[in-house]
Amino acid sequence: MENQTHLDKLEAEAVYIMREVAATCEAPVMLYSIGKDSSVMLHLAMKAFYPQKPPFPFLHVDTTWKFREMIAFRDRKAREFGIEMLVYTNEEGVRRGINPFDHGSAYTDIMKTQALKQALNKYGFTAAFGGGRRDEEKSRAKERIFSFRDKNHVWDPKNQKPELWDLYNTHIHAGESIRVFPLSNWTEKDIWQYIEREHIEIVPLYFAKERPVVERDGNLIMVDDERIKLREGEEIKKKKVRFRTLGCYPLTGACESEAETLEAIVAETLGAVESERTSRVIDHEASGSMERRKREGYF
Amino acid sequence: MSQIELLKFITCGSVDDGKSTLIGHMLYDAKLIFADQEQALLLDSKVGSNQGKLDYSLLLDGLMAEREQGITIDVAYRYFSTERRSFIVADTPGHEEYTRNMAVGASFAQLAVILVDASKGVLTQTRRHVRICSLMGITDFVFAINKMDLAGYEKQTYEDICDDINELLAGFYTSGAQMIPVSATEGDNVTFHSEKMDWYKGPTLLAYLEQVQIKEHTGRHFYMPVQRVCRPDYSFRGFQGQVASGTVRVGDTLTVLPSGETAGVKRLFSLDKEVSCLAEGMASTVVLDREVDVSRGCILADGEFFCRSNLFAAQLLWMDDEPLGIGQEYDLQLTTENAIAVVDEISYKVDIHTGAHEKAQGLRKNEIAGCLIHLQTTMILDSFERYPRMGRFVLIDRVTNQTAACGVITHPMHRSENVVWQELEITREIRAKALGQQPKTLWFTGLSGSGKSVVANIVEKKLAAAGRHTMLLDGDNIRIGLNQDLGFSERDRTENIRRIAEVAKLLNDAGLIVLVSFISPYHSDRVRAKQIIGDAFSEIYVSTPLKECERRDVKGLYKKAREGRITDFTGIGSPYEVPKHPDITIDTTNADPEVLADQIIEKIFMQSDR
Repeated sequence: MENQTHLDKLEAEAVYIMREVAATCEAPVMLYSIGKDSSVMLHLAMKAFYPQKPPFPFLHVDTTWKFREMIAFRDRKAREFGIEMLVYTNEEGVRRGINPFDHGSAYTDIMKTQALKQALNKYGFTAAFGGGRRDEEKSRAKERIFSFRDKNHVWDPKNQKPELWDLYNTHIHAGESIRVFPLSNWTEKDIWQYIEREHIEIVPLYFAKERPVVERDGNLIMVDDERIKLREGEEIKKKKVRFRTLGCYPLTGACESEAETLEAIVAETLGAVESERTSRVIDHEASGSMERRKREGYF
Repeated sequence: MSQIELLKFITCGSVDDGKSTLIGHMLYDAKLIFADQEQALLLDSKVGSNQGKLDYSLLLDGLMAEREQGITIDVAYRYFSTERRSFIVADTPGHEEYTRNMAVGASFAQLAVILVDASKGVLTQTRRHVRICSLMGITDFVFAINKMDLAGYEKQTYEDICDDINELLAGFYTSGAQMIPVSATEGDNVTFHSEKMDWYKGPTLLAYLEQVQIKEHTGRHFYMPVQRVCRPDYSFRGFQGQVASGTVRVGDTLTVLPSGETAGVKRLFSLDKEVSCLAEGMASTVVLDREVDVSRGCILADGEFFCRSNLFAAQLLWMDDEPLGIGQEYDLQLTTENAIAVVDEISYKVDIHTGAHEKAQGLRKNEIAGCLIHLQTTMILDSFERYPRMGRFVLIDRVTNQTAACGVITHPMHRSENVVWQELEITREIRAKALGQQPKTLWFTGLSGSGKSVVANIVEKKLAAAGRHTMLLDGDNIRIGLNQDLGFSERDRTENIRRIAEVAKLLNDAGLIVLVSFISPYHSDRVRAKQIIGDAFSEIYVSTPLKECERRDVKGLYKKAREGRITDFTGIGSPYEVPKHPDITIDTTNADPEVLADQIIEKIFMQSDR
């Protein structure tokens, strides 16, 4: 029998982690952000429990500012796979008119961080799978695969439980919860290679196509609906762009690209000159901002 | 393209050894750094005190808190790949109080890169790094002898240090050890061969990491700890887990541990694909050809080659702020199984620098000790050396839920294995067979003075005469001893009966025939006793009427009760509930107790025993 390749090993590790959570945690949920990492997570979950469906629901925290194509993709995938897809929106934030244009980092806090906490509390989930990878950002490089949150969903980077071998301690007190990152040891390159190998369908926004964009603070922002407020001097241009990461459309920068196929994307990624989160606007605010956000409960 | 393998390694060194710089430089040289991180590095460098010069170490440092302190406080993971391999580097701190972090990194790694400062040579901390890595199971080492630039790139310095390292390694089991002279800041022998050290003919650090073959520490045997049972509907029951070692094919016979039951392999799945064979490391689902009891924590194996034990010697590395509590219960996790564990004694503490064994009273964070650990239940386990996965565990504090310690089993105790064998294998049936009889409990119920004890005594004598092994439990005797704390309230009477029933059951388990002579006036208590004792239970109602009992009044109790000197006396101040369906009813008013005893023996033993 052939030796396992590095992708086989990463796949087996992620599946092992998912099975451990399903077997030992009371109320697990898989967070689904519709992005490529979430697509990989969903794919792995379908394989991990086969012929059973994943024994937990999926949860999408909808800020109401996601690309329309993402929402359509989410609903279609949930139908196709026959999985339970919970969608949660911070209605209080919607009522107060919180939006990414006027409220900056408060928007992220209210519509993402707070919304996630509310959703986890509402359903009483004790373990939430996330697609976070350690190669994404410096503070993630030090986070455990099983990351513990107190009653207020706060992470204490100085008091992490040691993780030894493949023995994961999932014991928690009432009210506490665990964030679990089965893709911790994957790199962006691994993700793309795996998508290619497994023929995993991803949101078309990842592929280059002519799209209407405006240039703003050095980022190309796609005009996905009429809610975008054009600033003085900004004009909508058609450019051939794709997205390396997907989030809320006003906060997600596109990159100009000719990569229309997976092979082209992988080739482009292998020679990547920018790390992935460069195109996520919020991460630029201050050095160490991600870690601060995580301590406050951001995923 | 995806045929590359994966190598996980750990780097060990002290704060000043230049470890972060070494790894940072390797990434940098190999042009593996994304452009904007490089920019950030430049920026960060300027902010730092390195006067605009590239500080490679900043690539490895992450958390704000540690950037402020200038030391690495945790385990950081870095990812890079070359055309030959993918690498995951666990960067672990070298500072004294962080032994536990190094253990975490080492448990993750297949190989350790240990930094030695060429100007200082092998230090006690070098021994400590090797010791912790070795404890966690690493047998492949690379020694990066760093700061060769400060040692004038002298061959002699390198060779002296190599000698010291070889001497150090003599005390450990290693399968590979490479010593490479490098300069992390200058880049000599990191990714490119050093011109200044042309006397060194071996591989560069990166080249070595790209080609080293790690000897997988696994045997030929197939085994897989079960993570969960996959049961989508009644037609499918699969056992899911990761194959720990060996291979299995459809048609093979597997043993379920700990039950020892065997079954054939009917179907195999590698994730969602049905296959005919599974090998080590694969995420698997196994379907057996017959119904056997399998749940999480069981192990599917191609034989019974592991130990079965509830006592073992282990080396423990303590990780919690709260020190070890001798005699305190911890939750022990080994493979996918848990058991309650107690550390009975600390045999010795390991001097982390010299390896010497010392006497010790307690065990604190970052200390290593040899301990005797006792489990509340028997587990399938083995020594870490023989089967690493079966011999490594963590202890979890049952109050705080913290992972308090990690450990490796050095010697499973076979003494307890024997005890356990008895518990598991010497059943009531086997004990009864050895005594040549069927265990029974004959429960005599009836009023005081009804003749219960008289008849029970005769029955016992007759059985003994026939070579049977018996035990008589008399109400009065039990009340003097075992149940002397109980009075005659309804609650105490109930507890009294419960205890008697439990004792009767134990004696039945020992293979004995038990005769219980006890008023036991309440129907519900007798039903409970029957539930506890099970099928061995026979109810014998001694129905001698109250009038006759009171006439006999052997102990003078009825008289006292009538005078009100005893309250709650059965039949007088307290009711006697007549059995609804006794197995036998006898009345001693006008019958010979000898005859009644024969009737009982005939009815209970002649029918079932022959």
